[in-house]
Amino acid sequence: MWGKLSWAAIPLHEPIAIVASAVVLLVLAGVVGWVLVRGHFAYLWKQWLTSVDHKRIGIMYVVLALVMLLRGFSDAILMRSQQALALHGGGYLPPEHYDQIFSAHGTIMIFFVAMPFVIGLMNFVVPLQLGVRDVAFPVLNSVGFWLTAAGALLVNVSLMVGEFARTGWLAYPPLSELTYSPGVGVDYYLWALQISGIGTLIAGINLVTTILKLRAPGMNYLRMPMFCWTALASSLLMVAAFPILTATFAMLLLDRYLGFHFFTNEAGGNVMMYVNLIWAWGHPEVYILVLPAFGIYSEVFATFSRKALFGYRSMVAATMAICLVSFMVWLHHFFTMGAGANVNTAFGIATMVIAVPTGVKIFNWLFTMYGGRLVFATPILWSLAFVVTFVIGGMTGVLLAAPPADFVLHNSVFLVAHFHNVIIGGTLFGAFAGYTYWFPKAFGFRLHDGLGKAAFWCWVVGFYLAFMPLYALGLTGMTRRLQHYEVAAWQPWLVVAAVGAAFVLAGIGFQVAQLVVSIRRREALRDVSGDPWNGRTLEWSTASPPPSFNFAVLPQVQGQDDFWRRKQLSDAALASPADEEYQDIHLPRNSATGIVCAFFASVMGFALVWHIWWLVGLAFLCAYATFVKLAWREQQEDSVPADLARELDRAHRAARQGSAA
Amino acid sequence: MNEERDLAADDVAPGDEFEGAGSLGAAVRSYLVGFLLAIVLTAVSFYLARSTLVWEPSIPIALSVLAIAQMGVHLVFFLHITAGPDSVNNIMALAFGLLIVMLLVFGSLWIMANLDHNMLPMDQILNMQR
Repeated sequence: MWGKLSWAAIPLHEPIAIVASAVVLLVLAGVVGWVLVRGHFAYLWKQWLTSVDHKRIGIMYVVLALVMLLRGFSDAILMRSQQALALHGGGYLPPEHYDQIFSAHGTIMIFFVAMPFVIGLMNFVVPLQLGVRDVAFPVLNSVGFWLTAAGALLVNVSLMVGEFARTGWLAYPPLSELTYSPGVGVDYYLWALQISGIGTLIAGINLVTTILKLRAPGMNYLRMPMFCWTALASSLLMVAAFPILTATFAMLLLDRYLGFHFFTNEAGGNVMMYVNLIWAWGHPEVYILVLPAFGIYSEVFATFSRKALFGYRSMVAATMAICLVSFMVWLHHFFTMGAGANVNTAFGIATMVIAVPTGVKIFNWLFTMYGGRLVFATPILWSLAFVVTFVIGGMTGVLLAAPPADFVLHNSVFLVAHFHNVIIGGTLFGAFAGYTYWFPKAFGFRLHDGLGKAAFWCWVVGFYLAFMPLYALGLTGMTRRLQHYEVAAWQPWLVVAAVGAAFVLAGIGFQVAQLVVSIRRREALRDVSGDPWNGRTLEWSTASPPPSFNFAVLPQVQGQDDFWRRKQLSDAALASPADEEYQDIHLPRNSATGIVCAFFASVMGFALVWHIWWLVGLAFLCAYATFVKLAWREQQEDSVPADLARELDRAHRAARQGSAA
Repeated sequence: MNEERDLAADDVAPGDEFEGAGSLGAAVRSYLVGFLLAIVLTAVSFYLARSTLVWEPSIPIALSVLAIAQMGVHLVFFLHITAGPDSVNNIMALAFGLLIVMLLVFGSLWIMANLDHNMLPMDQILNMQR
């Protein structure tokens, strides 16, 4: 009846897992209880959970990312403290638990923190920057988000029921095959990522279509803000790369469930094919993460330097060059695994070539600031820290791209330091910059600046303390994923790294405090103008938070940085359109399809993990029925009357004039 | 014949989606042409594989040519990829997709064929383990 599931699946013998699950369940029960008792459920359901508004979906993506950041970071704290103590087998985490922690940390941070963070920001910002009312496929957008959330849910369920993979974040076979990982950990990993991978693919298709097909009148390609370009490149990579991941995992699943031999040791399987395919996805993936961050920095540097972005066209070219070359370098992740000098050289050179467009971008950002009047708000602090940090990470990357050096450093903590250097210093700092930059647009009030700066300094100091020692350790030969070690000289470095993690913890604490304080003092931090940073692009021309229809009258774009251009002209350029220009606006209706489908997808994933076959069938049928029901609905759109749109628009314009005067 | 001349006058590429009056007949005809071409190409492939009509070592090449022609027919008549101005995005997407697939397939072939390069021959590995 219940497949492999039994009471033994609850890890009662692991106090850390049990305490963590209990805390998570208590917090969850508290939140749900508070929502129900205060009577917020109807609002939450109607306005958020079933919303197909790109802005709300974007915000929910970011909320998911922030919550999962807490989970992924608690794994990091466990690992750093374990390694600080683990000389001669000290420490408090048994190997089987430690292995789950580093696997969960990588999986969560990439798939459920970095991905939803950048996708959420793109979802929120891109339609606003393009001057349109929604993405191309609003209901699909909601489905994509909820499937991502379903994957995150499955990963967290594995903490309480069963176990997670002990294979590292990419689950290399043969270790991830049934012979060596007979438990449910790898199955949790695979099904969680299959489900969320479909969500990511949907998000990518949606964004590509939106950018190619839906733009405000006059918004031709070379007038698009830089963030839209990087979003386009990133989404193209999602569409091209995620099917590879899905196919690779599907083959591993066939191996594990139906006795196939794609990647097994015996019967003609080839483990190297898995490594090859997973990195053919994996390398574009790192550019999926970092390109949107590059876009955010471009917006932030231009806005806070009060100058147009330097070298816009070279920036576009660099972005698209990275998009293409990122598909030609994947072998550098396994230089040491057997390839000959000719192949290694070719991929090594391709890898170094990618540093060229990236360097072009760095210089463009520096020249954007040159001669500008910098305003040191929190977003530009993150961006400045990014430039320094990312250049260090980029240089260690070029070092690792030389195969002879890689033979020394492969799988050492030098590599760990390198990719944290680029992912934290590139993607995460960018996501935080974007979060601070667009927060007032999303909610109509700013985030507290002082606490934001405190968080920033803790993060930067913590990052350097945590990861610079790993470069030194890697050069002295420490490999990654060690549960314990015998070299006494390593311990001081690892203690410093643990202190760095504590600084980052303080940074996260300040960020939580910042959010709480900002919400409580929202009246003092209120921005009625809709343009708190003196912005350049179209998202700042509408109210904060933007009305459901974004723009009462679609903007007529006549150049780059169109809103800035209009602000420089005269009041007439910002004046309200004539009465007859306002028309009824049709918006897609909210739909529960996304959340209901994802609910059944989670149930199906859980049933697949535990081999509960009847439940797999039932959940699949229910998910399919939900989708059919959507297809048969009669009313697809709601209408906003022209009068209401005009009233809201004129009120916002009056408020902006008032705050300017 | 008459209608065909009209189409030519409007400069409609094969497979273009027809609009306006009488479009249904034209659309059906376009699908039928595509269908017939697809069947012919399939039948020829099956026939060639067993026949002595062409020099035997060239059969795989002939089959590849027919397969590529088949893809072309599907793209033009069923997926409506044309050279028309409306189709720029589709063409770009197709080109991008082809490029990625080529990179992946030929890159993988190259990598996988090269992976044993740094390994000792199997008998020497066995010797080392002794």
